[in-house]
Amino acid sequence: MTEGLQGPAPDERPQPSGRRNAQGIRIDPEVAAEPESRRTVLSALVENEPGVLAKISGLVSRRQFNIESLTVGTTTNPETSRVTLVIEEPEPGVRQVEKQLDKVINVISVRELGDDAVRRELVVLKVHGEEPDKVNAVTEMYDGTTLDAGPRTITVQITGDEQKIDDAIDAFRQFGIRELARTGQTALARGEEWTTHAEEERYERVHDT
Amino acid sequence: MSEQQPTHRPDADEPATAEATTAEEMAADDASAEAASPEDDAGARPVTTGSESVVRALETAGVEHLFGVQGGAIMPVYDALYDSDLSHVTMAHEQGAAHAADAYGIVSGDPGVCLATSGPGATNLVTGLADASLDSDPMIALTGQVPTAMVGSDAFQEADTTGITSPVTKENYFASDADTVGDAVGEAFALADEGRQGPTLVDLPKDVTNGATEQEPAAGSTPETYDPPERAEREAVTAAADAIASAERPVILAGGGVIKAEACDELRQFATEYGIPVVTTMPAVGAFPEDHDLAMEMAGMHGTGYANMAITHCDAMFAVGTRFDDRLTGGVETFAPEAEIVHADIDPAEISKNVHADYPLLGDAGTVIDQVHDALAEERAADMSATGERWTAWREQCRDWKDEYPMDYATPADEPLKPQFVVEAVDAATADDTIVTTGVGQHQMWAVQYWTYTQPRTWVSSHGLGTMGYGLPSAIGARFAADDDQSVVCFDGDGSFLMTLQELAVAVRENLDITVFVLNNEAVGMVRQWQDGFFEGRRMASEYPWIPDFETLAEAFGARGYTINATDDESEVEDVVSEALGYDGPSVVDAHIDPTENVYPMVPSGGANGEFVLAEDQL
Ligand SMILES: Cc1ncc(C[n+]2csc(CCOP(=O)(O)OP(=O)(O)O)c2C)c(N)n1
Repeated sequence: MTEGLQGPAPDERPQPSGRRNAQGIRIDPEVAAEPESRRTVLSALVENEPGVLAKISGLVSRRQFNIESLTVGTTTNPETSRVTLVIEEPEPGVRQVEKQLDKVINVISVRELGDDAVRRELVVLKVHGEEPDKVNAVTEMYDGTTLDAGPRTITVQITGDEQKIDDAIDAFRQFGIRELARTGQTALARGEEWTTHAEEERYERVHDT
Repeated sequence: MSEQQPTHRPDADEPATAEATTAEEMAADDASAEAASPEDDAGARPVTTGSESVVRALETAGVEHLFGVQGGAIMPVYDALYDSDLSHVTMAHEQGAAHAADAYGIVSGDPGVCLATSGPGATNLVTGLADASLDSDPMIALTGQVPTAMVGSDAFQEADTTGITSPVTKENYFASDADTVGDAVGEAFALADEGRQGPTLVDLPKDVTNGATEQEPAAGSTPETYDPPERAEREAVTAAADAIASAERPVILAGGGVIKAEACDELRQFATEYGIPVVTTMPAVGAFPEDHDLAMEMAGMHGTGYANMAITHCDAMFAVGTRFDDRLTGGVETFAPEAEIVHADIDPAEISKNVHADYPLLGDAGTVIDQVHDALAEERAADMSATGERWTAWREQCRDWKDEYPMDYATPADEPLKPQFVVEAVDAATADDTIVTTGVGQHQMWAVQYWTYTQPRTWVSSHGLGTMGYGLPSAIGARFAADDDQSVVCFDGDGSFLMTLQELAVAVRENLDITVFVLNNEAVGMVRQWQDGFFEGRRMASEYPWIPDFETLAEAFGARGYTINATDDESEVEDVVSEALGYDGPSVVDAHIDPTENVYPMVPSGGANGEFVLAEDQL
C-alpha cells in the first residue's frame, strides 16, 4: 500500500518574488508596467493570387488584432498587390501582427513604416445642396474636388492624411452629411527608401528584363 | 486582387443539380477518364489525367499509406489509386482518417496522408486538421470538390473547403488545372514537412482530377516565399550562452519541436554535458529519457510537482521548440517569473507571442542547440570559475523536489482498481519502444504520468486541441508507421472511446495488433473532476447513466474483448493485461476503475505552476 501524493502544501512552499506582465515580460514589482497601445502602419507586399485577402482578413479577425483600416490594390508588377494595415496595438502586438502576416505563404515581405512615411486616404462625401457656394468654399479650402452637384445634393472628394480628412468631415457637417465613404490609409515609405524588404529586387526583376 | 476562387457559372446545359453526382453521372465521369495507359519504355506509366498526376506526386514524395473514405467528388483520385502500389486504408469516418494520418506523421516523422470526398467528407476532416495544426504535426489532406463550374452554386455536397480549413491548416490549395494539380500536391507535401511542420490541404475539383494532362508533376518543393531559418545569428547565440552561463538555476524546457526537428540527441548531449535539468512540455514527452537523472519530466497543469517547482524557481530557461501554451504556463504572470528566457524556435511568430523572449534564437532546434552548446563551451573556457561543479547545488535542489513530490497514488486495501496501476502494469509488460496513444481526459493524464517514456515518437496524443476520440484512430495510424515488432497500445476513456469506436471495424479488417485499454469510470471523468473542484460538485451531464459492455462490443466488431473488474486483485489485472497484449490482433480491455479517482498534481487553470495542488482539499 502506498501513500499517494505527498509533500508540502502550496502555501508551505517557497514562492518566487518575481512576476511577469500580461505580455510575459518580466517586471519590476515596484513598477508594474503595461505597454501602451500605439497606432502604426504595416505594409505587406503579397502575391496577387485568389484568396490572399481572405487569408489576411481571416488572420486578423481570428487573432483579434485591433485593425483600424485595411486597404489593398495591385502594384505595377501584375504579380503583386500591396496591403496597407493601420493597427492599434501595444508593441508586442504590433510585432505579432507583423510576424503572423509574414507567415502567410503568399506574403512576400512585410514591414512597419516609420512616422515619416507618406500616408494618404480618400473620402467621398455627400452633403445637402441648399448652400452650394458655401459647400464650394469648404471644398476648396481642403483642396477637394466636386464630383457631382445637383439641386438637392453635392458630392465631393477629399484626399489627405488622416487628420485632414477628419477636419474636412467636421467642416462639412454644417451642411448635413447624408452619406460618406472613406478608404482607409494607404502608404509608401518616403524618398529612396523601399517600402518593404523585397521591393527593390522585385522592381529590378520587372524593369530590367 | 481577385478574391474569388476561379469559378465559372454553370452553363445552361450543365447540370447544376443534385443529380450531378448520381451513379449515372459518376459513371459518365469515369468513362471520360481515360483507362490506365500501358507502361512506357522507362517502366513508369505516363500521366494522362489530373488524378494520375496527384497519385504520381504522392509516389514521388515517398508516400506508402493513405487513410480515407470514398465518395463522389474524390472518386477519380481513388480510381487512379487502383493502378498504384500505394496502400489505402478505408476508415470508418473521415475524422478517423485525419487522426490516423496525423499519428502516422507523428510516429514516422513524414507527413501522413488522408483523403475525403467533398462536402461532408471534407468537413469531417476539420477536427483532425485543427488537431494536427495546433500540434504542428506533418499531414496532408486531399479533398474532392464539385466541378469547378459548379463551385459557388451550393451544388450537391459542396462546401467551401479551403475557406473552412484555412484557419486550421498551414496552407491550403484550390487546384484549378489538371496540368498543375500534381505540382500543388507536391508543394503541399513539402510544406507540411518543412520548417515548422503542419497540416496542408489540396482541394480537388472533379473536372480537374478527371481532366486530361500529360504533365508529370515536378518534384515537390516549398514556394519561394517560404524560407524557414536554419542557423541562429552568431551574436544572438553568444548572448544567449552568456545568459545561461551566468545563471545559477538554469533549466532546459524541451518542446515538441525538439522531436519534430529530430533534435533529441543534441538535447541529450547538451543537457548531460553541462548537467542542466530538463523539463518537457506534453508534446515533447519522450524527447528526453524520463529515467534519466536530469529528467524532471512534464511540466504544466498536470505535470510533475518537481517539474513545476523547477520552472517556477529557475533563473534561466533554455526553451526549445515550444509555443508556451497556457496548459504549460498557467498564468503568464507567474510563469518562470525570475527567469531570463532563451527561446529557440523555427517559427519567428512564436517568439514573444505568449511569453517574452529575452534571447530569441531563430533556427532549427538541433542546429541551435548545437550552436548554444559550442558557444557555452567557449564561455566556460573563458570563465574559469565555471567548472564541472557548476550548478551542483541547483541539481541537488531539483533532486530534493523529486523526493519531496514523487508521483504516487494511494492504494488502500479494499478500494477499487486504480487507473494508475493499470498504466504501470501495461508499461511493465511491454518493451521500451511501445507506442502509447490516448483519448482526452483523466486517462490521458494517467497515461502520461505513470508510464516511463524513454524514446521519442512513442507518445501520441492530442495536446493543443484536446480531441476526445483521438485514441483509437491514432493507434491505427501509429500501427502503420511503427516497426513490425513494436507494440501499439491505446489508453482510452469510456467517453473518448465512444466517440470513435467505429474504427474498431478497420482495426479488425486490417488485423492490426493494437490493444485498447479503456479506463472505464462510467463518466466523462475530467469534466466531473472539474465540477467537483470548481462547480460545487454539480455533476451536470458528466456521469453516464448507462454504458455499453465494451467486451461484448469488441467481440461484435470481431475484435477480442476482455474485462477487468474494479474488485480484481493486482495479479488478476496483470493476467488480463498480458493475455490481451499477447493476442495478435485488435483487442479491447474494459478496465473498470475506481470512479472517484482524480488526476493530481493539478495547477488550477490560470494559476501559478508552483502552487500545484496534490489533492482536492488543496484547491
Ligand atoms: C471532442 C471533445 N468534446 C468534449 C471535450 C471536453 N472534455 C474534455 S475531457 C472530457 C472527459 C473525457 O472523458 P473520458 O474520455 O471518459 O475520459 P476520462 O476523463 O473519464 O478518463 C471532456 C468531455 C473534449 N475534450 N473533446
